[in-house]
Amino acid sequence: MKKNMNKTTRSNFITYGIVIVLFAVVQILSSTGNLSRLLTGLLVPLCVYTIAAISLNLVVGFSGELSLGHAGFMCVGAYSSALFSHLAADALPPVPRFILAILIGAAVAGVFGILIGIPVLRLRGDYLAIVTLAFGEIIKNLINILYVGADKNGIHAATTSSGLELAAGGKKIMKGALGISGTATLYKEIKPYFFLIGVLLVLLTLFIVQNLVHSRSGRAVMSTRDNRIAAESVGINVTKYKLLAFTVSAALAGVAGVLYAHNISMLKVSVFDYNMSILILVYVVLGGIGNLRGSMIAAIILYALPELLRGFANYRMLIYAIVLIVMMLFNWAPAARTWRSRIAEKIRGGKTKKEAA
Amino acid sequence: MAMLEVNHLSIQFGGLRAVDGFHINIEKGQLYGLIGPNGAGKTTVFNLLTGVYKPTEGIIRLDGQDITGKSTIEINKAGIARTFQNIRLFKEMSVLDNVKVGLHNHYQYSTLTGILRLPKYFKVEKEMNEKAMEILKVFDLDKEAEILAGNLPYGKQRKLEIARALATDPKLLLLDEPAAGMNPNETQELMDTIRFVQEHFHMTTLLIEHDMKLVGGICEKLTVLNFGQVLTEGETSEVLNDPTVITAYLGE
Repeated sequence: MKKNMNKTTRSNFITYGIVIVLFAVVQILSSTGNLSRLLTGLLVPLCVYTIAAISLNLVVGFSGELSLGHAGFMCVGAYSSALFSHLAADALPPVPRFILAILIGAAVAGVFGILIGIPVLRLRGDYLAIVTLAFGEIIKNLINILYVGADKNGIHAATTSSGLELAAGGKKIMKGALGISGTATLYKEIKPYFFLIGVLLVLLTLFIVQNLVHSRSGRAVMSTRDNRIAAESVGINVTKYKLLAFTVSAALAGVAGVLYAHNISMLKVSVFDYNMSILILVYVVLGGIGNLRGSMIAAIILYALPELLRGFANYRMLIYAIVLIVMMLFNWAPAARTWRSRIAEKIRGGKTKKEAA
Repeated sequence: MAMLEVNHLSIQFGGLRAVDGFHINIEKGQLYGLIGPNGAGKTTVFNLLTGVYKPTEGIIRLDGQDITGKSTIEINKAGIARTFQNIRLFKEMSVLDNVKVGLHNHYQYSTLTGILRLPKYFKVEKEMNEKAMEILKVFDLDKEAEILAGNLPYGKQRKLEIARALATDPKLLLLDEPAAGMNPNETQELMDTIRFVQEHFHMTTLLIEHDMKLVGGICEKLTVLNFGQVLTEGETSEVLNDPTVITAYLGE
């Protein structure tokens, strides 16, 4: 049993290690000037999608529920934190302001996770997927018509631009479908470090999800996935643990949203549609359901690839589709799986031989 | 005092009275068998006792405490644990983790403690591992602790289900056809295990079984169910020789 602890701990540290090595490689490339402008621009979004994929895997892989509303939680996190950043722009220096923005984004998304989770988790399977999809769209459409502004009398919210009735000198922050602009410029001082912050947030997400999964609560979550009736028969409160996983996942999606919102000059709600939710789900499924390292790698490859292939405009989607199929086969085809376990055994066998010698 | 006392237990599914006026009285430490032909309502009785179904009428007392109509979770906490006719393990989890899920309500630390890996996490996890291994050893499963439960051979899966049920530290253990699909050797081994559990854990057990060798070999008392009603009850040897029981099983 001690061996077991070591094994999972080692696996966790390998995952952290991969992130750190990737970060170091990027830093070296960047300092030697080998990183194109295009690639540099992709770095922070890569972190955003990695965090989103890891957090979605908590729901899909460990609590076994198909959620299609992940972009909705990212959206809530993005807007609440961007709103905060604008409101507190003059009151706080950038670093504490950004930390608070992350916490607020996570908290608001987490609260939405609870509120949506309570009704939604009564459903199962396909029904749950459809309802989460609907909630994601509802959130998107509500924010789409929301106008928020601030003046000396406080914060105003309305569903039309003129409905805000701001006093002279007040400023509009959220402008309905036009979203929130200029959030990134509020953080000029720390903008160069956004990739570092993103990597730290990826590590934090991994830390939270991995440690949660290998704890008492995590086992309860997985037991509800494997067999609901049996879990209840040994006294596990199924609803409680499904809700726990759903809420933590939503809060972490909120963190991804915060990073997204603060890295972009124009935050528009239209990007958080079901296409984004499905894209994240694709990362999770292709990376391996319940495999956090896989989600991370799939997110990196599949997000960067279409952008890097822009040079081959005509063949871009063809190559992307081929990569999708190859990854799917590599992860799920029985022949590929046996081949992988054989290779893994060889590597492990080689190691023990070396250790023995 | 009786460990389990059930009176007038009935459930109606539409026009069908699946269990009708069921009663049973199990003393502490007894090994009790519930037998009857297919479709007699045995598993329905288990589902009523564990709160999967709410009884239409009747009363269930566990160790003097009224547990009628409570939820599955409350009933497990009150002290009833069960296994299933069609094995329901946590297949994608290790054998050890299956038992640790069973220990869930007896070892506490918060979710946050688990995420932050506070000292309490390591302390409680160590205790849980030790306790789980101790239980697995009883079932001779300690060497398979790291294997995924779904990859165990059939007989061992059945044993693991009993181990997981015992991990919840029940007063009463319900076994739903524990020997189903086992060969004679495995059945013999299972009988020894059940007897051992009975003594080692001071357990009270109610089991459903079709294997008359097993029933006759270990049960002290039997209740026979037919068409949802109690046909007869009493000492094992008397019941098994009762002509009405033989008729119920074999027909006229």
